[in-house]
Amino acid sequence: MAAPMAAGPGPAPLLRVVAECGRSRARAGELRLPHGPVPCPVFMPVGTRGTAKGVTAAQLAALGCRICLGNTYHLGTRPGPELVQRAGGLHSFMDWPHNLLTDSGGFQMVSLVELSEVTEEGVRFRSPYGGEEILLSPEKSIEIQNALGADIVMQLDDVVSSTTTGPRVEEAMHRSVRWLDRCIAANRRPERQNLFAIIQGGLDPALRTQCLEEMTRRDVPGFAIGGLSGGEEKDRFWRMVKLSTDRLPRDKPRYLMGVGYATDLVVCVALGCDMFDCVFPTRTARFGSALVPWGSLQLKNKQFAKDFRPIDEKCRCPTCQRHSRAYLHALVRSETAALHHLTVHNIAYQLNLMGSIRESILAQRFPEFVREFLSTMYGARERVPAWVLEALGAAGITLD
Amino acid sequence: MKVKLCGVGGGRLGTLVGLGRSGAAALALPGCLLYTRTGSAPHLTCDTLQAVSGVPAVAQLTLPTVAELHEVLEEYKEGAAKFIGMPDAVLYCSLHDPVAPCPSGYNTNKTVSLWGNSGRMEMTASKFMDIQRAIQPDWFQCISDGDTISGEVGRKRAKKSVDRSLSFLDVCLQLLEKSPELQGSVMFGAIEGGDILEERLRSARETAKRPVGGFLLDGFQGCAMAKETKLKLIASVTAELPEDKPRIIHGVGKPDEVLECIERGVDIFESFFPFQVTERGCALVFSYDCHPDPEAAVLKQNGAQDLDKNGAEKDQDEIAKADPEITPFEIFLKDKRYQDDFGPLLEGCTCYCCQRHTRAYVHHLLVTNELLAGVLLMMHNFQHYFSFFSAIRDALRDDKLDQLKNLVFRQALQGPGNAKPGQ
Ligand SMILES: [Zn+2]
Ligand SMILES: [Zn+2]
Repeated sequence: MAAPMAAGPGPAPLLRVVAECGRSRARAGELRLPHGPVPCPVFMPVGTRGTAKGVTAAQLAALGCRICLGNTYHLGTRPGPELVQRAGGLHSFMDWPHNLLTDSGGFQMVSLVELSEVTEEGVRFRSPYGGEEILLSPEKSIEIQNALGADIVMQLDDVVSSTTTGPRVEEAMHRSVRWLDRCIAANRRPERQNLFAIIQGGLDPALRTQCLEEMTRRDVPGFAIGGLSGGEEKDRFWRMVKLSTDRLPRDKPRYLMGVGYATDLVVCVALGCDMFDCVFPTRTARFGSALVPWGSLQLKNKQFAKDFRPIDEKCRCPTCQRHSRAYLHALVRSETAALHHLTVHNIAYQLNLMGSIRESILAQRFPEFVREFLSTMYGARERVPAWVLEALGAAGITLD
Repeated sequence: MKVKLCGVGGGRLGTLVGLGRSGAAALALPGCLLYTRTGSAPHLTCDTLQAVSGVPAVAQLTLPTVAELHEVLEEYKEGAAKFIGMPDAVLYCSLHDPVAPCPSGYNTNKTVSLWGNSGRMEMTASKFMDIQRAIQPDWFQCISDGDTISGEVGRKRAKKSVDRSLSFLDVCLQLLEKSPELQGSVMFGAIEGGDILEERLRSARETAKRPVGGFLLDGFQGCAMAKETKLKLIASVTAELPEDKPRIIHGVGKPDEVLECIERGVDIFESFFPFQVTERGCALVFSYDCHPDPEAAVLKQNGAQDLDKNGAEKDQDEIAKADPEITPFEIFLKDKRYQDDFGPLLEGCTCYCCQRHTRAYVHHLLVTNELLAGVLLMMHNFQHYFSFFSAIRDALRDDKLDQLKNLVFRQALQGPGNAKPGQ
């Protein structure tokens, strides 16, 4: 089958693999993006509306972040693509000198807007701000993303909940393949904006395999694994991730969408994923929760009122350098500054975790890293969830 | 701690030297304090505060937010400055939070009521001093009865406020002497007396007789007292005070009012005003550059044009949503007209926000309720306000306070942001 091609032979490949783990599928590399190289595996903080939740662009960059997310649905409705374009694109609008990735808008459309309808044309919905009916077609999604100007853009996919079963899943998978072709044709700046395909197929191995076969025939710069992380059992989740990474080309980046819990990150790196995003670290910060290598601290709890230690003695983030759990406990009741302190720490935690993972892969000690990580996170081996052991086992890493 | 004055031309230009435990810090006068909430600059972390230039050496801690941490600080033992993560800051602890309402009618001869997150707290002189021992501030306002700001309080109430405050002061001075933890701390005596001149004078004279480190002009918050009365009282009070001790005033923050108080001998102000401006989604854009530099004059004009535009358009919806407290010194960025304004908040401003972001971006953050709006506005408003004080000192030095006053007063008379369309 003649697959549509991205314009011309294209620039150098996006991913440069620097090292591979001798046992698992984990790899360390570098994404060569228009706004500078990004070491991977990488966690991308989510800046839904052109801001990472109270953290300034300078703070985010100082934490070492080199790529973050913007949401097409949110930015497409407010302030709208025309305004962002007049501001010189999203980079300029939010004054972010590093890389950006925008999603297609489809996921938010289906999950946030009650009255949305999916047809072959696209997703039809009523604007929550103006009330008028809007059609988000694959072409429209790319048009908005071209206006926003992110370094990585996502195809519009037909999103169904990961717990949906039956013919709807199959329909969504086939439609996502057709929409990918329309998105590739619509992308007006393929040399500056790398379009990623999104693998669908729900939790059905046959459908997912079929989707992988179809999509990997297209010459796209990278692939995302979609339709997961929506409340399905972990046991099925990791199998779908593995099935996908098994069939994705080695030389292109693999982006696992919506995954951000520390354990999931470690396991999915072992399964061969390179990129992750999740609102969890920043959202949980706004609820007073600080991430630590052994889980999390709910700083609103009374037990921290007189705890004069930093969140994590080993963390080198600005929050841990200066503030105690007791002070954050006092501040979190009334002041937004407390949320900023926690957001900074949680982003630092995620980025440090990815940094340590990468270093261990480069040093050919990733399996040891995984063992240390799990022993800090869960203590005794019996407390490690069964799916984690199974997934790691399938990737060639055992805990002994 | 000592005030060093350098010329007294329509205001006290000088430096407050020997501040803090080390005695190395100094505060340029007239000056302002860094306003904090529970010891944190509102919306800001250490990084973002560091990006603000001209941050004062003295931070204001408000007792209601810290009193609730009494037990914690007692166990911590190392004082509030280190606890809040500002070990090098000089701390001034005030009795009330200038932006929190303080209901009238709760003070007695023995207690003063504070209003914190968890409601009312009754404070006796000895409890007050216990808490100060845990805070270990560099300066603190002595507990006082300033409940005279709700309008016509009468001579009797004014006299009572003076008597009570003097008796609190005497008790606290005794306790201060006996507190080893507070040997590095300086107490400010509060001058009360409502709007009764003779009570104000008595309060000033009696307080000045006592070994206080400085004076607080209390009871001038709010607008119940006629402006003329207020200014006359302030001038009469400061005339009674020794030259070498600082005078601080609470609840005065608008640029024109600050200048009026400086002319009448006040040295130190708070910085709750830029915080209030931030909270209502506004940016300070008033001009205070009275140097005849042609380039600066252009900038000045730009700022003035923005102020003129305030409320000039007939966008009733947006204006209705604006806070009625908006002053002529600020612009309301949530207003639709800023939606596609790609200029900085204020042309020529060197703050983090103006160097990197546009009005359109801040507008977008405000309408989408993003937390970054408060961060960026706070950075700009603080820096603008702090450099206003630096401009005041320059004007005093160059004998140009009148020009500065004219410039600021002209802006104060311009169409306020909350003007009804058509007016
Ligand atoms: Zn930290
Ligand atoms: Zn500015």
